[in-house]
Amino acid sequence: MTEVQADQGAHALDAADVRAKPRRNRDVLIALAAFVILALLPMVFSSKFLLDFVIRCAAYGLFATSLNLLVGYTGLTSFGHGMFFGLGAYGFGLMMQKTGVSVPVAFVATLAITFVTAFVIGAICVRLKEIYFAFVTLAFQMLIHSTILSWVSLTGGDQGLRGGIPRPPFWGIDLSNHLHLYVTSCALLVIGLFLMHQIAQSPFGYTLRMIRDNATRASFIGIDVWRAKLTIFVLAALFASTGGVIMALFVSGAYPEFAYWTISGEGIFINMLGGVTTFLGPMVGTVLLLILNDTVTRLTEYHGLVLGIVILFFAIGLRKGLMDFVIEWYAQRRDDRGK
Amino acid sequence: MDLDALTGCLASSACLVTQTTSGFIIGMLLFLVAVGLTLIFGVLKVVNFSHGAFYMFGAYFAMTAYQLTGSFALAMLCGAAGTAILGLVFERGFMSRVYGADVLMQLLVCYAFVLIFDDVVRMIWGPEFKSMGMPAAFQVAPLFIAGGVVPPYYLLLIGVALAAAAVLGLGLARTRIGKVIRAAAHNPGMVSALGINTGLIYGGVFALGGMLAGLAGALAAPVRSLTPGMGFSVLIESFIVTVIGGMGSILGALIGALLIGMIRSFGSLGFPLFTEGLMYLFMVIVLVSRPTGLFGKEVA
Repeated sequence: MTEVQADQGAHALDAADVRAKPRRNRDVLIALAAFVILALLPMVFSSKFLLDFVIRCAAYGLFATSLNLLVGYTGLTSFGHGMFFGLGAYGFGLMMQKTGVSVPVAFVATLAITFVTAFVIGAICVRLKEIYFAFVTLAFQMLIHSTILSWVSLTGGDQGLRGGIPRPPFWGIDLSNHLHLYVTSCALLVIGLFLMHQIAQSPFGYTLRMIRDNATRASFIGIDVWRAKLTIFVLAALFASTGGVIMALFVSGAYPEFAYWTISGEGIFINMLGGVTTFLGPMVGTVLLLILNDTVTRLTEYHGLVLGIVILFFAIGLRKGLMDFVIEWYAQRRDDRGK
Repeated sequence: MDLDALTGCLASSACLVTQTTSGFIIGMLLFLVAVGLTLIFGVLKVVNFSHGAFYMFGAYFAMTAYQLTGSFALAMLCGAAGTAILGLVFERGFMSRVYGADVLMQLLVCYAFVLIFDDVVRMIWGPEFKSMGMPAAFQVAPLFIAGGVVPPYYLLLIGVALAAAAVLGLGLARTRIGKVIRAAAHNPGMVSALGINTGLIYGGVFALGGMLAGLAGALAAPVRSLTPGMGFSVLIESFIVTVIGGMGSILGALIGALLIGMIRSFGSLGFPLFTEGLMYLFMVIVLVSRPTGLFGKEVA
C-alpha cells in the first residue's frame, strides 16, 4: 500500500515480541481509562443528543475499525463488509423478537451465526485477489440484501424488523433504559477496540501486514496465506456484527439499508477519511463522518454535493486520511528537528 | 417463488418472444454501459465507479434536447456528445490526478462524484420522476412475432446497440487509433516513449466510455422513467456484467449483458422478489468457478 505502512511495520517488528507483555498491560489501562471517561460523560453533559452520538459512533466505529483490519492491515478491499453489520442487526433483532431468549444468549448466538456465515463466504472470497475479491464480496452482500428483501415472512421485507426489540433486563442491566444502553455500547466499543488492537499487535497481526506487502514471499516462508486471510475475515466479521447489534438496540429494529452495499461504501470512506495506517484512524473517521453528516444534513438538502466535495478534498488534496496526514506531518517535523 | 408462471411462459411461444425481447433490450442497454466500463478498465486500469452517472446524464440530456427541439435524432446526439465531453473533463480534471495513488483513492474520487452528480441532477432537473415520452415516429402498432408483442422502438434500440458494438469491435481491431489504444492498454510507457500523447488517449478512452453510457441513457430515456440516482442500479448491474464477462473483454461484456438481461427478464416471472438475488447468485457462481470471469485473461 504505502511506504509509511511498510516503514511502521519494520520499526515495530524489531521490538514486538520483547515488549508484548508490558504493552498489553498498558493497553488494558488505556482501555479502562477510556471506558471510565466515556461512562462518566453523562454526568458532565446530560444531553441525550451527545449520548446518542456516542452510541452511533460505537456501532459504526466497531464496523469501520474491523473493516480496517481487512483493508489497511491485510490489503483485502472488502466491498461487502456491511453484510456482517446487517447480519448482526437482523440476527440479534430476530432472536429477541421470535425466541424470547435473554440478551447475552441472543448476542452470543448472533456471533455464532456470523461466524458460520463469514466462514463459508470467506472461504470462497479470500481465494480471489484485488478487484475480484472486492466484487465477489459485494455480490455476497447484495445476495444477503436481496434475501432480506424477499424473505418477507421472516424479515418483514423492505419494511424491516419493526415493532421494537424486546430487551428483558439481565445481570441488573436494563437496555430499555437509555443510560444503561449507553454504558453497554461504550463497554462493547472499548472491549472490541481492545481486542482488535491485540489482534493487530500480535504476531498474527504482523503476518497479515506481511501478506499485504508481499503475499508470495509470505507463502514462501511457510505461511498459509489462505488460512490467515480467512481467519481475519471471520474475526473482522464478528466485530462488524457486534456493531450491528448495537445499531439494532439503538434504533430498536433492523432495516434492509443496514445490509445494503452503501454501508460498506461508507465504511471504506470512513477509513479513508480517518486514515488506514493507524489503529485509531477509522475511529477518527467515524466521528468525522457522523459530525459531517449531522451538520450537513441540517444545513442543506444537497448533502451529497457537500459530502462529495469534502471527499474530493481528502482524495485529491491530502491524498490520504486525516490521521495518516497528521502522523506524517509529525514525523516530518521530528525529522527536521533532528537535523 | 412462482415456478408455474415460469414454466407456463416457457411453454407459450408468445410469452417466450415477449420475454426474450425484453431480456434483449435490458441486455443491450447494459452492454453499452458495461462496454464503456470494461474499456476504461482495460486501458486506464481504473474502475470507474461513477460510470452510472454518465448513463443518467445521457438520459437527462436527451430528454432536455428532445423537449427543446422535438427531434429524436438530436436527442440521441446530445445524450452521447454531452456525456463524451463530460467524460473528457472528468478524466482530465480529476481522475488523472489520482492515477499514481492508491486504488482506494480512485474509488473515492468516483464515489465523491456519484454523490455530486446526483445532487447536480436534482438541482437542475428536480428530484421527482421525469419521463421523456415515446417519439411520435415510434408510436405505431407493435409487431407480432409468433404471438409475442415487439414494439418497433425495441428493434431500433437493439439495432443501435449492436451497431455500436460492431463499430467499437472493428475500430479497436482494425484501425490505427484502435491499435494505439490497445498498445496503450498493454504498455503505456512504451507508447508514450514513441511520442504518442498517452494523456490524450486516456482522455479519449474515458470520453468514449462516457459516450457509450450516455448513448445507453439516451436510448433508455423514452422507455424508462428518469430520476436522480437512476445510474446506480445500472452501475451495479454493469459491474456484474463486466465481472461475469471478464474485466477488459468486449465480447465478455456482450455475452455477460445478454445473460443478465435474460436472467432479469425470465427471473422476474419465476422469482419476482428475488430477481436481483439471482443475478448476484449467478455472479458468485461464475466468479467461484472462473475467478477472472468467462472471457477474462489470467491476471499476473
